[in-house]
Amino acid sequence: MSACSCCRPASIGKKIVMALSGLVLAGFVLGHMSGNLLMFKGPEAINAYAAWLHANPGMLWGARVVLILSTVAHIWTGVLLTLENRAARAGGPAVEATRRATLSSRTMPYSGVVILAFLVFHLLHYTFRTVALGGQEFGDKVYEMVVAGFSQPAVAGFYIISMILLCLHLSHGISSVFQTLGLRNERWRGRLDAVATAYGWLIALGFISIPLAVLLGCIK
Amino acid sequence: MKLDSKIPAGPVADKWSNHKAKMRLVNPANRRKYHVIVVGSGLAGSAAAASFAEMGYEVSCFCYQDSPRRAHSIAAQGGINAAKNYQNDGDSIRRLFLDTIKGGDYRAREANVYRLAQVSTSIIDQCVAQGVPFAREYGGLLANRSFGGAQVSRTFYARGQTGQQLLLGAYSALSRQIGAGTVKMYTRHEMLDLVLVGGQAKGIVTRDLVTGEIQAWASDVVVLCTGGYGNVFYLSTNAQGCNVTATYRAHRRGAGFANPCYTQIHPTCIPVHGEDQSKLTLMSESLRNDGRVWVPKDKADCTKPASEIPEDRRDYFLERKYPSYGNLAPRDIASRAAKEVCDEGRGVGQVVDGKRLGVYLDFSAAIKRLGEPAIRERYGNLFDMYENITGENAYHQPMRIFPAVHYTMGGLWVDYNLQSNIPGLFVGGEANFSDHGANRLGASALMQGLADGYFVLPYTVTDYLAGVGLTGRPSVEAPEFKAAVKEVQDRTQWFLNNKGNRSARSYHKALGKIVWEKCGMARDKAGLEGAIRDLQALRADFWKNILVVGSGDQLAPELERAGRVADFLDFGIMMCLDALHRDESCGGHFRTEYQDGGEAQRNDDKYAHVAVWAWQGDGQLPVRHTEPLVYEDVQFTTRSYK
Amino acid sequence: MVKEHDNLDSHGEQTLSLRLRVWRQSRGAAGHFEDHALAAVPTSASFLEMMDMLNEQLIKEGKDTFAFDHDCREGICGMCSMTINGMPHGPLPGVTTCQLHMRNFRDGEMITVEPWRAKAFPVIKDLAVNRSAFDKVIQAGGFITVRTGSATEANNTLIPKSVADEAMDAAECIGCGACVASCKNGSAMLFVGAKINHLNILPQGQPERERRTLAMVKTMDDAGFGNCTNYGECQAHCPKSITLDVIAKLNRDYLRARVKEFFSSTGKPRKGGD
Repeated sequence: MSACSCCRPASIGKKIVMALSGLVLAGFVLGHMSGNLLMFKGPEAINAYAAWLHANPGMLWGARVVLILSTVAHIWTGVLLTLENRAARAGGPAVEATRRATLSSRTMPYSGVVILAFLVFHLLHYTFRTVALGGQEFGDKVYEMVVAGFSQPAVAGFYIISMILLCLHLSHGISSVFQTLGLRNERWRGRLDAVATAYGWLIALGFISIPLAVLLGCIK
Repeated sequence: MKLDSKIPAGPVADKWSNHKAKMRLVNPANRRKYHVIVVGSGLAGSAAAASFAEMGYEVSCFCYQDSPRRAHSIAAQGGINAAKNYQNDGDSIRRLFLDTIKGGDYRAREANVYRLAQVSTSIIDQCVAQGVPFAREYGGLLANRSFGGAQVSRTFYARGQTGQQLLLGAYSALSRQIGAGTVKMYTRHEMLDLVLVGGQAKGIVTRDLVTGEIQAWASDVVVLCTGGYGNVFYLSTNAQGCNVTATYRAHRRGAGFANPCYTQIHPTCIPVHGEDQSKLTLMSESLRNDGRVWVPKDKADCTKPASEIPEDRRDYFLERKYPSYGNLAPRDIASRAAKEVCDEGRGVGQVVDGKRLGVYLDFSAAIKRLGEPAIRERYGNLFDMYENITGENAYHQPMRIFPAVHYTMGGLWVDYNLQSNIPGLFVGGEANFSDHGANRLGASALMQGLADGYFVLPYTVTDYLAGVGLTGRPSVEAPEFKAAVKEVQDRTQWFLNNKGNRSARSYHKALGKIVWEKCGMARDKAGLEGAIRDLQALRADFWKNILVVGSGDQLAPELERAGRVADFLDFGIMMCLDALHRDESCGGHFRTEYQDGGEAQRNDDKYAHVAVWAWQGDGQLPVRHTEPLVYEDVQFTTRSYK
Repeated sequence: MVKEHDNLDSHGEQTLSLRLRVWRQSRGAAGHFEDHALAAVPTSASFLEMMDMLNEQLIKEGKDTFAFDHDCREGICGMCSMTINGMPHGPLPGVTTCQLHMRNFRDGEMITVEPWRAKAFPVIKDLAVNRSAFDKVIQAGGFITVRTGSATEANNTLIPKSVADEAMDAAECIGCGACVASCKNGSAMLFVGAKINHLNILPQGQPERERRTLAMVKTMDDAGFGNCTNYGECQAHCPKSITLDVIAKLNRDYLRARVKEFFSSTGKPRKGGD
């Protein structure tokens, strides 16, 4: 028995935390993406949506608390799992062969880290506004802020890459949620994996459509 | 040698219950003061160790594998017999008893076999309660199938791996006790000697295979459940590690070895493919239900592909010789018939050692009649296994099969209580000789192992312990232990130091070749005498030229192998001697001089007895003693399958 | 598959010449690879028979042999354990090392042979590892408590065929450890899942269901196995083709047991054993 076994959370316990927090975050990105798509309806729609959010601080902060807690839990269990799993592998074989594990499953920690970096940048940009892209104060004018940001190809590029990684992360993550909560069997495995992959692409394409539209000049 | 079978008086059906009622007991509070050593963790060993611990004894269990779950009981495929009569086809304890006695060709002890049939039903109850996933009918009841040597369906099974499932049941019971601290489990420990104090078995000496430490263990009683000696033939269906060392070391300490010449050859195994082969693989006997066995009529056709040999040039020899049983002739008879045609030079397949040793098992007629899907459903896993090993597709060309050694009926002599002639040394499972006579019926090995472990040894060992009392256990510091440890250490060092030039495996192969040729499916006087001379010469060469690489302080497979081969060499001589001195044919022991048109000819007047061999010293031939077999209940009859 | 080539042995059988990189490690020391050449390997030989040939060649040279675990050589005891070219039990799916035959390799091929690699399976010597962590998991709860002689009549409890078959699917696990060795996390969830499922599915296993699940998972975690992240490599390398279903069901049973434990009035369940 290892020394810290009493304070070490159980493996399956960590995975359940991972799955549930992941589920919250996956739900959030769907909502966030839906809101973002208001960009296509024009500045009034999205600016009104942003204003409505800020006009309901109770709801906004409630959601933020849940999201912060989920993010912290997700990152914490992710770090724990990664470190423990590296140790348990004891270096692994000299020749590494993979028969079945998908690219998305093998890149979870990496896609996670990039998404985290993106999240930090994204919050600094839009929420804390300490990164000023476009050089102006936008106030409530979210639409203009987005257009200004994505008009810079580097910003749009980082955004698109991050969203593709998010797609990868989600396609394994959502599929894992079913497995971890015990809601999967051999008969449903393929179908649920397809649902997870479709969800990943839905989210990613939804988000990516906006910088693409800005770069292509569809949104000005 | 004193051989008192201690069979209780009274009618055969009442012997066990009467005996149980009279046996002595040990007070529950006192049980933990007794130390029981169990060597071997197969069905008999695991079951016994778990049961002793449940009763409250302090138990130590030893096995050479890395986990008790790997004992070779795990490899049994077919099933386990029990007289439940769930099929309403007229089965009963008495019928199972009679089938087993007849199957054993009237060379088993009546009272033991009756007890085996009696406890068979409790075994199924016990295993089901442990969670053994036996096959079931749609209604939720247990399913049965039929097996060789019986006219009723009394075999319980779990897919093709009944052995693994039963062993996992016993292993789980054992594991529960290990977890509870009542059994101390020593894996990767090999028993290398038995220690006697005052003529009683009081402990063992083991070598820790990982660290090389040689250690003595004192106890109040020693129970050996160390399996059979089939690997004396080098090639057999046994696991690589199966060995005779534990029982042979006990034999050297005075335990009688009973009927070593009774070995069973299974007819449907995959043939030998080359000189470097290490193992023969058994395929379920059920294949003979739909396969037809044949060889070419003409030697010249043996090199041709089977498809180029027309129907009229094929010899369906089992159907020809045994028209009423045909391809379903019993194991020993089918095996011998295959050997005969191969000896005539009509075998098929690769030439190994100058001979083609294989016969066809052809499914083309069945495939034509029933269609490939039906055959695939019945035997798909076996066909896959065959293709995996041979690279041949048996749907398109006939399988090749040949008999192989897979079970040994002989073993340490035990009385009705499963106690050897050394007080305090009990022997269970394949390691003892007690229940199968000269031939074992299919699905009876698992039954016997579990019967001994769960339902016989716990009673009889308790009776023994109640008799020796609480003051009997010596210290490992006693001179007998010191001397035994020293002997094992010296032998180990001798192996490591000997500047030889030949590997243990090469000796083992040579030994196997001799006993398979001369003491295998068919034996004769001249051959056996020659074999004994050859084995003595091989033995002398071994003790001069054996080379053991590796070091004594860590895993040393060559050292383990050398020790086991050394014992097999001595044992092989005893086995040939036993075959030589049994001037009759019975069950698995077929002396070509004693046959009636190819059928085994028993000599009940002279040989209705157990032959028990007593060790006389290194390099000396053992001496034969006998225990007469008294049949109070059944009559001798001749087996015929024509 | 074997290429066409001219190497035939005395039985007219094709043979291979191989280059072998085999792990060598003494007890308590660091390990390294050793390179050996081995000629005239019949394609009909099993992988372990090829290793026997290599060892016999080493004995002729007076060198120590490679220790490796093996016993039944018919794919059921679960003792053999070699990582061959990075794959536990080698390139052929659904078989153990002992059932892998040399016709699956090419003449002149370089084969890398390593032990199972996992923290919970320390190397004893060369290719042999200590898998007693598996036994400890079973000792913690992988049983149904039934004393010898205390069982009721076997047909008293009806078990639907589908339930018995499902339990049997899980019970086919041979405890070899290829799931751990193939897992990029060194996780034992397939083994533990198979063992827990076998007993938790059956009616006989219900009284100890929660206690068994919690105790076995705890012991598994303490043994130093990694956490499952749903790679699926274990199923792909399992010689008995046990599926990830057993892990999904283990997760469900664990969640159920934790919830039940949380709301139970008696507090924590007792540990395994008696």
